[in-house]
Amino acid sequence: MSVVALDQLWVYLSGNPLLSLLVTLLAFMVAVRINRMLGGTPLVHPVTLAIAMLIGFLLLVDMDYATYFEGAQFIHFLLGPATVALAIPLYDHRERIRRLLWPLLLACLVGIFTAVASTIAIAMALGAQIETVLTLAPRSVTSPIAMGIAEQVGGIPSLAAGLVLLTGSIGCALGPLLFRVMGIRDPGVQGFTLGLAAHGFGTAHAFARIGAVAGAFSGLAMALTGLLTAFLLPLVVRAFGLG
Amino acid sequence: MSERCDEHKGAGMPLIMGMSVLLACQFAGELVARGLGVPVPGPVVGMVILLLGLMVLGRVPSSLRITGEGLLRYLTLLFVPAGVGLMVHARLIGMDFWPIVATLIISTALTLAVTAWVLERMQRRYRRGETR
Repeated sequence: MSVVALDQLWVYLSGNPLLSLLVTLLAFMVAVRINRMLGGTPLVHPVTLAIAMLIGFLLLVDMDYATYFEGAQFIHFLLGPATVALAIPLYDHRERIRRLLWPLLLACLVGIFTAVASTIAIAMALGAQIETVLTLAPRSVTSPIAMGIAEQVGGIPSLAAGLVLLTGSIGCALGPLLFRVMGIRDPGVQGFTLGLAAHGFGTAHAFARIGAVAGAFSGLAMALTGLLTAFLLPLVVRAFGLG
Repeated sequence: MSERCDEHKGAGMPLIMGMSVLLACQFAGELVARGLGVPVPGPVVGMVILLLGLMVLGRVPSSLRITGEGLLRYLTLLFVPAGVGLMVHARLIGMDFWPIVATLIISTALTLAVTAWVLERMQRRYRRGETR
């Protein structure tokens, strides 16, 4: 019986999807634990923490992103069915949503316009490159949609996905603070606002921290924002003379 | 362990049923989006399709609820693989680091504030109009 050399074992394991799948789950669990230890503060979002730990891990063991993604794509794939599943909370709260349809639609349009216009204006004023500006533009939309939009207007799809995530964690950190300052207590309003400005992160936050009603409104906002932004953003980009 | 056996004895394979429904809706959504050439992702169209289906059916089947709510509970985990992709763009992010950080923070705060304010005002007015 011969013991296989450790470095040979590593070559085998690091080329195997199993490893990246496992470290992704472990990093997420550890990140959630750390976040809980810090009192569940939204300032250190578990996802941002998990991403930072994983990037550190990949750099440490010298694994490139493509190899990592071969395993992690099994988790990534579930984003599709999870997006479809948002129909369930929407259905559960259909009556309340129907009653408030017009206020919700109007708030959504104003919110999208604020998000896109302020992003482009601030980024341009601070001297970011055009490519960066166009990649930032769809940042408040859930990542699969944002990637499609970025590609369409001339940004970088994979960077757009990352910026969307940062937006999500920033939204979750700022949201509760702003609601307190503005005196907004209605869970529906809180959820809708989080879903619009912080997409899936906001929706997850609304479900976990505020409740099912907030979660449903958040899911609605996320879906509506994605749909409308896909159509509106190219127009706003053109209005800024970038298209 | 006995739980797992019971699951097979009963009519349901709830996770498999639920997942099949979700994937079928996503697939249909993908077909519609591609077929009509609309720039909206398939899963979003799939969500609309599932919502219409639930409205026609008039209830949420328990298999679908178990699977769907399970997925939504871990929604944030699903973003991790894409987020690690930020490492690929380290150079570009480095070049525009401060504009990106400032834009993300200021614009997100602005979006949150404006949306919450508009909805709160509109909702109040709407309710008053309703009770009249």
